[in-house]
Amino acid sequence: MYKSISLFLLVACVACDSTAGDTLQHRKPITVLPDSNNAGLKLPNGFSALKVAENMGRARHIAVNQQGDIYVKLERKLNGNGIMYLRDLNKDGRTEEVNGFGNYTGTGIAIHKGYLYASSDEEVFRYKLNDKGEVENREAPEKIITGLINRRQHASKSITLDNNGNIYVNIGAFSNSCQEKDRQTGSMGMNPCPILDSAGGVWQFKANVLNQTYANGVRYATGLRNVVGLDWNTQTNKLFVTQHGRDQLNNLFPQYYDDKANAELPAETMYEINPGDNAGWPYAYFDNQQNKLILAPEYGGDGKKAPTTSFKVPDMAFPAHMAPNALLFYTGNQFPARYKNGAFIAFHGSWNRFPLPQEGFYVAFIPFENGKPTGKWEVFANGFSGVEVVNNLRAVAHRPCGLAQGPDGSLYVSDDNKGSIFRIMYQGNQ
Amino acid sequence: MKRNMIERIANCYSAFLLTGTLLLSFTAKGQTTTLEASMQRGKTIYVQRCVACHQPDGGGVPHMNPPLDGASAVKGKDKFRLIQVIVKGMTDRVEIDGEFYSNNMAPHADLTDQQVADVLTYIRNNWSNKAGAVTPAEVKAARAKLK
Ligand code: HEC
Repeated sequence: MYKSISLFLLVACVACDSTAGDTLQHRKPITVLPDSNNAGLKLPNGFSALKVAENMGRARHIAVNQQGDIYVKLERKLNGNGIMYLRDLNKDGRTEEVNGFGNYTGTGIAIHKGYLYASSDEEVFRYKLNDKGEVENREAPEKIITGLINRRQHASKSITLDNNGNIYVNIGAFSNSCQEKDRQTGSMGMNPCPILDSAGGVWQFKANVLNQTYANGVRYATGLRNVVGLDWNTQTNKLFVTQHGRDQLNNLFPQYYDDKANAELPAETMYEINPGDNAGWPYAYFDNQQNKLILAPEYGGDGKKAPTTSFKVPDMAFPAHMAPNALLFYTGNQFPARYKNGAFIAFHGSWNRFPLPQEGFYVAFIPFENGKPTGKWEVFANGFSGVEVVNNLRAVAHRPCGLAQGPDGSLYVSDDNKGSIFRIMYQGNQ
Repeated sequence: MKRNMIERIANCYSAFLLTGTLLLSFTAKGQTTTLEASMQRGKTIYVQRCVACHQPDGGGVPHMNPPLDGASAVKGKDKFRLIQVIVKGMTDRVEIDGEFYSNNMAPHADLTDQQVADVLTYIRNNWSNKAGAVTPAEVKAARAKLK
């Protein structure tokens, strides 16, 4: 009885695939059953989840092909490989076959117009996908970008692509706040900050040109400390980024900031980027309590003074230190209508809020209206950490790091702590 | 809301302090050791300077800041190298007990010999660690070589 139902669903699903219309998508029956405990996640009503795979190492960003198979970019090699290709052979939603390739580690990965793009901490590669969504020439990718700076700190080169043949690369600042001595108490900021020439911003390159260097790229936006999350909004044709704000205000400038101030400052921020934008790092940060830009203490600030230069104000502010590691605009039809064209953010979770408990370790949803964030946000998927209150990072089970949308509109979340891949589905009534 | 926050801070602090207090009550029996006093001072420095990165339980932040609890170098014999890490900082990409870490540790050169000795004695004898104390004289000698 059970068997014949799933067989029926499978057939229905295949039939549905061949009609492939976007408008029909939401009627596609879901054959995939969630885990009985929703993979340990707390979700809004009507949503459910399963663990697609586990022990995939330091799973950073992920991409899902049209077949629903998953590419995972690893920050450390697993069995000698930097990319994992996870296939679900029996269509139960769980991975049966794991193949690795790629001899480099990194964070960024994306599928765009028939190519798989992936980054190391210095370069970006691409692989042609066949009509099964597979990489055929695994050991011979095209190197499209090379020579990007990697000084260990904030080295992740997250990527996204637009529909005009461009790729956008986060080049994080290899510093906390451009102090002469990084993270040293009282050390003042370099002025002008020399890091901004080659990092602390988003660079734009061509998606199909080989061996591009800084000389071929455009510094698309600057003053961004480290935007591990970035996504192209195809509805408005704009780049959106989520920034990790600076750390350690209390340790570095205890005369102006106590522990509580540090725990709550500065805001983590989201920006809609226009070419040439400057978001102010390292000279200024956004204070979400005073609701304005504040001059950084490394540049003469005292926690109150505003900067004299004008910088871009964030479009959204979130609590401090939560580490927005991935941004994804939801364009699917599986979730209820309010989610469409809104943004999901994977918050990796903080480490720099002591003595307050650490925060984040969840996926948040930001509703958008007319292509702009509404200013409101909500926790969407929680429970990754596996503990009620996080006082020590060692106690944390999973840390959300990457997001991807599946062909059926499911949301995938990667965890770079234990290497789990989660899939979140909506099975309630529309 | 505000009260809740204060309570949470207090809880967090007290959980953290408990570890140290338990340890102290062990050694306090009978002997008022210099170790005990050094640990107490070391804890204060740890909270001011180190806890953000290495965390209250000494467990570190995965892939970013290394754990001190259980770390072979922290428990090890090479006190010179530990003094060097505190006084000169550490930014080289090296493997620590099988893992790499991405953050930079700044030098804490402004700490006195006594303070460096105290904080090292603290991390060598807190959590599950148990190793010999570091003395101000050792720090002084190491610093002379590090110049
Ligand atoms: C800004 C974050 C940060 C702060 C603050 C910090 N550390 Fe570190 N610490 C690190 C990082 C990161 C490393 C590893 C650096 C590397 O791999 O190059 C490290 C390494 C160490 C090591 C060597 C560990 C080993 O197993 O080899 C010791 C010991 C240490 N720190 C102790 C301390 C003490 C004591 C303090 C306070 C006085 C402190 N740290 C403050 C980030 C920090």
